[in-house]
Amino acid sequence: MTQLRSTRGVSGGAADFETVSGSRGGLQATWLLFEYGAVDRSGVDLPAPKGRPDRLGGLARTAPIGVPGLSEPEAVRHYVRLSQRNTAIDLGVFPLGSCTMKHNPRLNERMARLDGFADIHPLQPVSTVQGALALMQELSRWLTSLTGMPAVALSPKAGAHGELCGMLAIRQALIARGEGETRRRVLVPSAAHGTNPATAAACGFIVDEVPGTEDGRVDVEAFKAKLGPDVAAVMLTNPNTCGLFERDVKAIADLIHEAGGYFYCDGANYNAIVGRVRPGDLGVDAMHINLHKTFSTPHGGGGPGAGPTVLSERLAPFAPVPYVVADGEGFKLVEHVEGQEFGRMVAFHGQMGMFVRALAYMMSHGADGLRQVAEDAVLNANYVLARLKDAFDAPFAKYGPCMHEALLSDKELRAHGLETVDLAKALIDEGFHPMTVYFPLVVHGAMLIEPTETESKTELDRFCDVMLALEARAEAGEVEFFKTSPRLAPVRRLDETRAARQPKLRWKAEEAAMKQAAE
Amino acid sequence: MRYLPLTQQDRAEMLARIGAASVDDLYTDVPAVARRTGLVDLPLHQGELQVERALKAMAAKNTPAGSTAFFVGAGAYRHHVPASVDHLIQRSEFLTTYTPYQPEIAQGTLQMLYEFQTQVALLTGMEVANASMWDGSTATAEAAMMATRVTKRGKVVLSGGLHPHYADVTKLICDANKIAVAACPAAIDGEAKVVDLIDSDTACVIVQTPNVFGTITDLAAIAEAAHAKGALLVAVFTECVSLGAVKSPGEMGADIVVGEGQSIGNALNFGGPYVGLFATREKFVRQMPGRLAGETVDADGKRGYVLTLSTREQHIRREKATSNICTNSGLCALAWSIHMTLLGEAGLRRLAVLNHERACDLADALGGVKGVEVLTPRFFNEFAIRLPKRADAVVETLAAKGVLAGVPFSRLAPGTGLDDVLLVAATETNTDDDVALYARELKKALA
Repeated sequence: MTQLRSTRGVSGGAADFETVSGSRGGLQATWLLFEYGAVDRSGVDLPAPKGRPDRLGGLARTAPIGVPGLSEPEAVRHYVRLSQRNTAIDLGVFPLGSCTMKHNPRLNERMARLDGFADIHPLQPVSTVQGALALMQELSRWLTSLTGMPAVALSPKAGAHGELCGMLAIRQALIARGEGETRRRVLVPSAAHGTNPATAAACGFIVDEVPGTEDGRVDVEAFKAKLGPDVAAVMLTNPNTCGLFERDVKAIADLIHEAGGYFYCDGANYNAIVGRVRPGDLGVDAMHINLHKTFSTPHGGGGPGAGPTVLSERLAPFAPVPYVVADGEGFKLVEHVEGQEFGRMVAFHGQMGMFVRALAYMMSHGADGLRQVAEDAVLNANYVLARLKDAFDAPFAKYGPCMHEALLSDKELRAHGLETVDLAKALIDEGFHPMTVYFPLVVHGAMLIEPTETESKTELDRFCDVMLALEARAEAGEVEFFKTSPRLAPVRRLDETRAARQPKLRWKAEEAAMKQAAE
Repeated sequence: MRYLPLTQQDRAEMLARIGAASVDDLYTDVPAVARRTGLVDLPLHQGELQVERALKAMAAKNTPAGSTAFFVGAGAYRHHVPASVDHLIQRSEFLTTYTPYQPEIAQGTLQMLYEFQTQVALLTGMEVANASMWDGSTATAEAAMMATRVTKRGKVVLSGGLHPHYADVTKLICDANKIAVAACPAAIDGEAKVVDLIDSDTACVIVQTPNVFGTITDLAAIAEAAHAKGALLVAVFTECVSLGAVKSPGEMGADIVVGEGQSIGNALNFGGPYVGLFATREKFVRQMPGRLAGETVDADGKRGYVLTLSTREQHIRREKATSNICTNSGLCALAWSIHMTLLGEAGLRRLAVLNHERACDLADALGGVKGVEVLTPRFFNEFAIRLPKRADAVVETLAAKGVLAGVPFSRLAPGTGLDDVLLVAATETNTDDDVALYARELKKALA
């Protein structure tokens, strides 16, 4: 999920030599496209314009733009070379805790690219998009049935946008009750994702942090003490960011409701309980669902995601537009509601491309498969925890099983003069993407490992074997080995401090020319 | 179940290693009342063939743009996307990777974002750009909030040509944060009217060019007036291809430029996923929302890229962050960047001219239909026409004839009294026959 620790690598230790070309075997050297593209080179063939006079009102762009082009073979090579500098789920275990890096089925990609879904405009007459509205309705049926919630808002574009949807619905509900000005405080556990407090603040609420307990849960007594007539809501992640189910979730729900507030649940970890537990049975009022986590739509190197938000009976009237309703034989898209105050969160109707993918995934797994998804995800995480908990410090293991992710601290590493980042970088050389590091904040040097259900036992054993072997090297005092990792990645450890102190956020022609002149 | 590798034997061995009798033992923290023993009432698992059949049946109930004479715009545009774009974004290493938190094994994504930021900055005429937002509308709302942080003022002014949905999204976020919003009434050629509403508490004016009616506006005078009163100029666009033909907002003095990037590299997708573009001046970068890729060096002194200035972001700064955005629109940004690279400046300029000429053809053809008035004085590839009857009825009539004629303005903003106004867009994908068919059918519909 996050990489909080700045790194500044240590050179040396690489048993290597420089090639003349800068390439290393199959890994080709790369340049910025600005360093070899040309403004008059192109990878597209377009017909010649007719040359008719323009109607731009004297605002034609005459100054150079400066975006270089590449021919198609060069462009294909440019991006394939770049791709080889990435690791991916398709290459190996990618156990980023809280991110749910599961396999992305290719059927989903094929379905999303059908002309009937990809080549339709959001503002076409609704009579010409009845299949799309039917799909949105069907997706809604799956999401509401699985979660046991009566309504869903589909338009949020990502998880944080779903949080915004839920919290703004809460805000509208409070305004309708005449408590919009008095209920301003939102309780957020200390282990929460950063998006939770950021979203609450973006909705104009005041964030109040709730401490956790020794066993990695919300401190219910402390929570109770913070309740009052100025509390709007609690934002609780369940299963939480320590990878644990909040045992007292029902009590928390009852308490917040008794105090007149609402229960927002961060559904980032819903994949651990899908088909086994319905958030509606836990007293949840609003919860976003990351289709790109639980329902396998690809993460794409940082999006696009999708964050449909399920709503309780109490909040359903405060959902944003647009939404789909059945209308006789067909479907209608409600884009404006007189007197409804929430309004609209985004220009159009949400991430249709992700809806198609997610529905293809749900239909493939079915009610039975989705339950198995949750069980295997939890089983895999507990297996990893069982294999690693003696060699590493697992602060919550003694309190019972975890859910879909296993949490370790850096206690063992520190004893050997190492930090979490050092282990992470050593894992890179072993071909694994590191786990989430330094998150959640409530555990020192946290390492949050989420294998997901799409890893086989064989892959998990390989991963655990490597983790244990690295721990043995740490114990043997091989500090230098860790501090100089990675050696085998496309680049060595990168200087993040320098990047932040002297930000260089784009290529500039003038700088490049100066540099060339200097050389 | 084809996506699940564990066998029953694996599961048994793993449970034994864990020391649990069954998987139920792993769910003991769940309150008893919430433990479901049976299956949810939904269909059981299905093979690829069955799923494909069901979804294809739904897709077949839609009318794809490509099967019609298609003139719908108003925030999303149908352009040709080169075949190599979709091939490249489906490479596993791009499609199935995460936000580049471990830069040593994410240089592909990071260099791409650095190049994307540079391309966006060049196109908008600005100094820096971020690594993408969700879409143009949310980027606009973020720009409004950023302007309030930069100026420490509490009011935002919206032009009458701002896409009504963009205005709605911006108002939503401003209302929640007690930022006052003053909006000019819908106007085809009235972007400059924002100047009249600037006061000493105005953080920014938000204008759109080409605006929702297609009108292009010279921003220089608006920028000057805003700056004179200590306010920022936020320039919005929904059609980024226009930047290949029209003077950039940066050249005309904008402080923040935001817009929809869908036109380049991305399909219509019924409204999403799209890609928001966000650019500004270097001095404001620390108030910018979203991720930023930056250049640095590795332990051997070699050039490399990392995510940087993350102390602005929610995962570090939590409630004090510049935005709550986390996941953005990475793969759509990649598609945008690849398409832009394939175009290059020469290709982009030619594509823009083809769009503009096609729109001019269309304006001539529709303007020649009795009773139709072209309302937009200066345009790129989109303009508004006034019809002698309700635009929504005409659109329905033409849809039945295989012409998707545009967007009735009343669909975007009901109750503004512009029920006879139709927004019409043309792109390089329209043929002469499409234009002729539209004019012919419109004539019949109005007869």
